[in-house]
Amino acid sequence: MSTEKVKFGRSKVFFDPFERRPGPIKTNMHYCPGCGHGILHKLIAEAIEYYGIQENTVFIAPVGCAVFAYYYFNCGSISVPHGRAPAVGTGASRATPEKYVISYQGDGDLAAIGFNEFIQAANRGERMSVFFVNNSNYGMTGGQMAPTTLPNQVTMTSPYGRNVETDGYPVKVCELVNALEAPVYIERVALTGTANIIKARKAVFKAIENLRDRKGFSLVEALSPCPVNLKMTAEQVNEFIDTKMTKYFPLGMLRDRSAETPAGKVPEAPVRDPEDVKQLLFTAKEGSGEGPATVNNSEIFNEERRIRVSGFGGQGILSLGHTLADMARLRHFNVSWMPSYGPEQRGGSASCAVILSRKAIPSPLVDSCDLLIAMTRAALDKFGYQLKDDGILIYDTSAMEKPAVKPGQKVFGLDALAIANRIGNAKCANSAVLGALAAILGKFALTPEDAADYRKVFTEAITESFRKKPQVVEQNIAAFNAGCDEMSSQLV
Amino acid sequence: MQYNQRLLLKGNEAAVYGALLAGCDCFFGYPITPASEVAHTAARLFPKLKRTFIQAESEIGAINMVIGAVASGRRAMTGSSGLGISLKQEGVSYLAAYEMPAVIIDVTRGGPGLGNIGPEQADYFQLVKGGGHGSYHCLVLTPNSVQEMCDFTVKAFDLAEKYRMPAYVMADGVIGQMMESVQLPDPRPYTYDPEWKMGRIVDGKANYITSIYMEYDDLEALNRRLQAKYREIERAEQCAEEFMTEDAELVIAAYGICSRIAKGAVSELRAQGIKAGLIRPQMVFPFPTNSFEKLLSNGKAKVVMSLEMSAGQMIEDVKLALNCKLPVELFNRMGGNVPSCAEVCEAAKRIYKEYVK
Repeated sequence: MSTEKVKFGRSKVFFDPFERRPGPIKTNMHYCPGCGHGILHKLIAEAIEYYGIQENTVFIAPVGCAVFAYYYFNCGSISVPHGRAPAVGTGASRATPEKYVISYQGDGDLAAIGFNEFIQAANRGERMSVFFVNNSNYGMTGGQMAPTTLPNQVTMTSPYGRNVETDGYPVKVCELVNALEAPVYIERVALTGTANIIKARKAVFKAIENLRDRKGFSLVEALSPCPVNLKMTAEQVNEFIDTKMTKYFPLGMLRDRSAETPAGKVPEAPVRDPEDVKQLLFTAKEGSGEGPATVNNSEIFNEERRIRVSGFGGQGILSLGHTLADMARLRHFNVSWMPSYGPEQRGGSASCAVILSRKAIPSPLVDSCDLLIAMTRAALDKFGYQLKDDGILIYDTSAMEKPAVKPGQKVFGLDALAIANRIGNAKCANSAVLGALAAILGKFALTPEDAADYRKVFTEAITESFRKKPQVVEQNIAAFNAGCDEMSSQLV
Repeated sequence: MQYNQRLLLKGNEAAVYGALLAGCDCFFGYPITPASEVAHTAARLFPKLKRTFIQAESEIGAINMVIGAVASGRRAMTGSSGLGISLKQEGVSYLAAYEMPAVIIDVTRGGPGLGNIGPEQADYFQLVKGGGHGSYHCLVLTPNSVQEMCDFTVKAFDLAEKYRMPAYVMADGVIGQMMESVQLPDPRPYTYDPEWKMGRIVDGKANYITSIYMEYDDLEALNRRLQAKYREIERAEQCAEEFMTEDAELVIAAYGICSRIAKGAVSELRAQGIKAGLIRPQMVFPFPTNSFEKLLSNGKAKVVMSLEMSAGQMIEDVKLALNCKLPVELFNRMGGNVPSCAEVCEAAKRIYKEYVK
């Protein structure tokens, strides 16, 4: 073996000495003799220094032999759960776009337990560079089989050799990543001998340059010697990598799109100024039910009033309930709206419960109701039992004959869809129902003032819901009026 | 400029509003019924404020993205339900060990296994007792209204940062899905910049964050520090609503949707001449032991009924708080069933008859 002149001194990115390393030894790394981690650490440290990004570099250390990388690199570091480095890196990269994220992982970390986190980050094209140390076994736990262990290779958990029929073939990470659209740069290198290490250095520098230029996702896979666990000498392990590993894991660049990928921009900072937050998050206050002019005194809401709205998905059942609830909000009633989200919503049925009261509402769930709106026969069959003995039923005349009810119950039919179709928007049927309800309450329960306010608060609620669609507001108000008129004529 | 800050919102939506108003920068999550509106609302609102929303590849991915964002010195959150929370437990254990704040919304559903999407309260053990590996706790806030979904999320960020630990907002399917009027608070001025964040340069050295302590004594020291913190939290942060407990002979213990039903039942029972009361934990870690000890010192209560939508999980903490000095009975529903007020009254009367008269 020839000796090389020392060309590159110690990178300033390394601590000097390694004072974070516990114990008396502060001058060298904790890795075993002949291990490739030290070489790759050195190449990365040199590249970070060369591209001047030390201050903003975040180094995500894996579970595995490199868990203590923060002993050596003087940059922001975190040691993370096994395999999750690319997910942690995603969080760091998105939360602080001014940072440069390095995910450093071994073969168990990246290609086994954390493969999903890795491949998904690659697929999203996260702005990070991943350095993947492939040494064909699990080093930290004492030489067990890895996804990258070669066929017939003996390890602690493949004592008779990796059997491809039961253990599968070695996972070719670079090739898998090369099937994705987003990654910018993919290269496999080996940390054996000077010529290969010089190539590895170029690849590492490329990945760090891409990081500096915010060019997205880069992957460098390094075939790395692990003589202690492979029970080989330094020469033997290099030969193992150069002749056996490279057969399965051919060296070379699989993709380099860095030239045609434009340098990324730092995204805009989050909006945090309270006034700006208010402006973006809240709507301006107009007609939102504030002030003395909007009081509704209807005595019927001194007690809890429970309403069940039910029918078929697409009939606007949930939004009918929502409009009622919103009307109550605008008049400062206590209100709850609860959808059926469980199995009962399956098969196309839809239902929600609305409770209005001036008192506190104990539970939003309704098992008995004062008002049942049933837009299908199935809905009536399902919820009819909930209607109180003095309750009100509104049904859709196009869906059923006039249903029989108990003596104290009131029943009213309306062809809401026909009204909505006349107006030219089938989605307004639920406003026609609310119009009919206005007529019914006006006749039996509300003072003239409160009945007038009911119409007013409906308009306010609809206007707020369709703030940006004035035509829809008009159609809904027309449907409301038509529903109200039709019901009033029935009630005469 | 005047803004409309009183909205009709789902519990799930209100939690996201609370987070944004508390100054949360990042949301990472994975959809799951009945918590999906947490992700929907975050997907809609976070980008509006140029903040980060990512639909993660899994709950594991999401909690680790939270770790990355929080370690970078930003406020971050995630949200899920039951089985999704089970997947997050690895990351939560790391957050506890890192001593980093994060907020997790859990809108609980039926279990075990895939269970169903109905409301249950059977995540109590995994949230309150640790859930992941190691001796740690998380703060657990238990809202029972949509307003509290918002307010408690804000408070969750405050407490998580004060004590540097993860905080759960534990709702249930009903509280998450229901809509009520909410008065949204004003957004806070943003001053968050934790001194411990990774990469901050201290004496020329960049901060690092780790949870590995090879020296046994070092790891023991971390554990002792964590436990001291939890004891301090138990001393300082207990939070419960006490309703008609002063002269109550039968006291119901309930949180979340159960507590609203229980409150209705207490009024009903009082109307029938039964002296009932309610202790409603607003946080279950720390557990409001003071409220239960008060029952012992005033001597009126004869029996406590734990009302739960689980096989009886909180009841263990109720018994511990009472130190076995009062009988504690369980009334529960499971599988997505929510107890009705009538059922609760009937159970309470049965227990009342047995222990009081």
